Amino acid sequence: MRPEFASPSSSSSSSADRRLNALVRHLATASMVSQTAVAFSPTSGFHGDSVFSHVVRAPEDPILGVTVAYNKDPSPVKLNLGVGAYRTEEGKPLVLIVVRKAEQMLLNDKSRVKEYLPIVGIAEFNKLSAKLIFGADSPAIRENRVTTVQCLSGTGSLRVGAEFLARHYHQKTIYIPQPTWGNHPKVFTLAGLSVKTYRYYDPTTRGMNFQGLLEDLGSAPSGSIVLLHACAHNPTGVDPTLQQWEQIRQLMRSKALLPFFDSAYQGFASGNLDEDAQSIRMFVADGGECFVAQSYAKNMGLYGERVGALSVVCRAADVASKVESQLKLVIRPMFSNPPIHGASIVVTILKDSNMFNEWTIELKAMADRIISMRKQLFDALRARGTPGDWSHIIKQIGMFTFTGLNSKQVEFMTREYHIYMTSDGRISMAGLSSKTVPHLADAIHAAVTRMS
Amino acid sequence: MAIRRAMSGRIMDRTAVVGARYMSSWWRSVQPAPKDPILGVTEAFLADQSPDKVNVGVGAYRDDNGKPVVLECVREAERRIAGNLNMEYLPMGGSVKMVEETLKLAYGENSELIKEKRIAAVQALSGTGACRLFADFQKRFCPDSQIYIPVPTWANHHNIWRDAQVPQKTYHYYHPESKGLDFAAMIDDIKNAPNGSFFLLHACAHNPTGVDPSEEQWREISHHIKAKGHFAFFDMAYQGFASGDPEKDAKAIRIFLEDDHHIGIAQSYAKNMGLYGQRIGCLSVLCEDEKQAVAVKSQLQQLARPMYSNPPVHGALIVSTILSDPDLKKQWLKEVKVMADRIIGMRTALRGNLEKLGSPLSWQHITNQIGMFCYSGLTPEQVDRLTNEFHIYMTRNGRISMAGVTTGNVEYLANAIHEVTK
Repeated sequence: MRPEFASPSSSSSSSADRRLNALVRHLATASMVSQTAVAFSPTSGFHGDSVFSHVVRAPEDPILGVTVAYNKDPSPVKLNLGVGAYRTEEGKPLVLIVVRKAEQMLLNDKSRVKEYLPIVGIAEFNKLSAKLIFGADSPAIRENRVTTVQCLSGTGSLRVGAEFLARHYHQKTIYIPQPTWGNHPKVFTLAGLSVKTYRYYDPTTRGMNFQGLLEDLGSAPSGSIVLLHACAHNPTGVDPTLQQWEQIRQLMRSKALLPFFDSAYQGFASGNLDEDAQSIRMFVADGGECFVAQSYAKNMGLYGERVGALSVVCRAADVASKVESQLKLVIRPMFSNPPIHGASIVVTILKDSNMFNEWTIELKAMADRIISMRKQLFDALRARGTPGDWSHIIKQIGMFTFTGLNSKQVEFMTREYHIYMTSDGRISMAGLSSKTVPHLADAIHAAVTRMS
Repeated sequence: MAIRRAMSGRIMDRTAVVGARYMSSWWRSVQPAPKDPILGVTEAFLADQSPDKVNVGVGAYRDDNGKPVVLECVREAERRIAGNLNMEYLPMGGSVKMVEETLKLAYGENSELIKEKRIAAVQALSGTGACRLFADFQKRFCPDSQIYIPVPTWANHHNIWRDAQVPQKTYHYYHPESKGLDFAAMIDDIKNAPNGSFFLLHACAHNPTGVDPSEEQWREISHHIKAKGHFAFFDMAYQGFASGDPEKDAKAIRIFLEDDHHIGIAQSYAKNMGLYGQRIGCLSVLCEDEKQAVAVKSQLQQLARPMYSNPPVHGALIVSTILSDPDLKKQWLKEVKVMADRIIGMRTALRGNLEKLGSPLSWQHITNQIGMFCYSGLTPEQVDRLTNEFHIYMTRNGRISMAGVTTGNVEYLANAIHEVTK
């Protein structure tokens, strides 16, 4: 027999009342179960304590936190130069025309279903992505030495690759450039690798610390993993020249260092897909092995759809196949199989030569607009006679510029000019327009002359 | 010697390659991984040329023609979405709108807990992603805890908690003799587990057995879990799919909420909205108060960021479009009921056919069990015969996905099962 109680939702529900009600129900129920008295242990949760009471609030993500602060600001002249998402001249997010076209085609195709993809994702997507980054005539592809698996954008590709390495590679240390994208260290650490750094950026020249890079990679233990930004280094925008890449390649191969490329900006840096893939292709051409994380977030504007691919270039086809089978074991307990929508858009575009061409044109337009913003900002600072050498603005490449401004100056610019950017002085050029360049130039000028 | 070669990877090959020291692959020692037991079934099915082949392997819904279904409400939602919204990054915790609507399904439309903001919730990569995020969270914040997993369970549950490095134990669940619930043993295991253990519970439509506790049994389970201070984590992948009524299918969860457990829930829209490949779901953790919920959510985001940064937007838009439009939501509920009813109809038909054939065995469990799966009781050898002789594909544990049964193949299936069991 079950005693009647008022349902909890109708009572005034203080948490004490709730617990009392629960207790009474349990005592009544106890008479229906086994005769042994149920002892409420001290940790029984009877007092309503959560096992997660001790969890403290995590700090805001520094990059995404910039947008949060920007959104709160009521100023009409505010400028968001924080997160690296492309904006048009009007400051609006952009969905590429060719992407909209692909979307419509998918929508109109009634035969399409929403079934689970295979664990490694869409086969055609994987093939096309490998071709895109390695080149259609790549020997590694021809010889079936590449395994490519669809992952959740760049982040997801890095994480899956890193988990594989933590399980199957004899060296558990990855060297990352200083500085690098803020999320890199966490991705590798959570995957089970230990993280060291190599010198990369020289604050005095606002260019490469190439000597330091060679020294640090040269002294890394043989076999160590090395993270390389394929092009458009985030956050500095400073890339090695081709000659420097060749030197890096020779050094790494001589020390058996394993390259792990992060390619988030192919086509976005120079405006040319093949040019931006040269560093990677150089390494593949020498017959050696490497990992490549590819993202379509920026170059196809598919940010929130989370589309990317992890490729592992191996020495032999049978090895690539074994590697793929092990990658599946990493993926299955993480998310089972990847999301279908964004990857389907990519396939639609890449496999149709007309749409592919349309894409390259729109991609170049985005890259050109950014290059133009660089020029305009540089000219504006020169026109104001802002002290210092600002040529790095036009020498750096890709979405970001490492201005060289310090955190005090950044804070000043936020406070006085409502400019939102990360405190390391990085600005997203994609967030600028011809209309807003003067405001930014004024802010930088003021920061440099009034704060040191 | 060979092992040393493979391990060091530094053996120099004589062949010279320009600019690089030639070396053997780093991955020579990587073993080929075993095929996934569930997904491997579909691969084998696809490779089979026989016109009679039947796929009752993976748990994806099929209509009576054996075809995958895209719900009408989903098609309408996609029409509304296409061309109208941008593809910017979602926040790390995913679509706020989608999460809000999703919590209502699990906790109740007018849940006080939602109003009091006591639930930490983030969009997750379907059920798998929600379980994995919780397992990682459990490892980080309760590092000494272990998870109790029912026997049997969806095979990937073991992989998920293993990869999160949470030690696992099992608890009795399925009773092979009765093809029902081993209730007494289950309660014993709950009582014998160290206080404060974590228990994985299937909220409804247990996978792979289809055996669910009754309401009374759930109340007892709740009572004993509470007494031991255990944490109850629900995997709810089939809400709406079991009985046809999402509210009914959430009964176990509501019982635990009434009993003031602080539960966790993994929710998935893969089956009940047919959004399989969109990878759309939700992880929620009920906390003491709003402050704690804010803290827990922020920590869940910290785990998501280095895994995939932020979740995919498309599936989230579909879900929030449907659930926030009363007409579309009504349509969805109707379509879910149609799917559930068809499955219930196929259970009746399969059992009926087997009994008509004069099978010596009892097939009562086919209609007693609930949800997408039927634990037939077939042995691996019998399953192999079904595959080799009759081109019928299922997992070797004898699990039949009822969603793959149609009026067109139910007789063939019954005949074949009868053949291998008579």
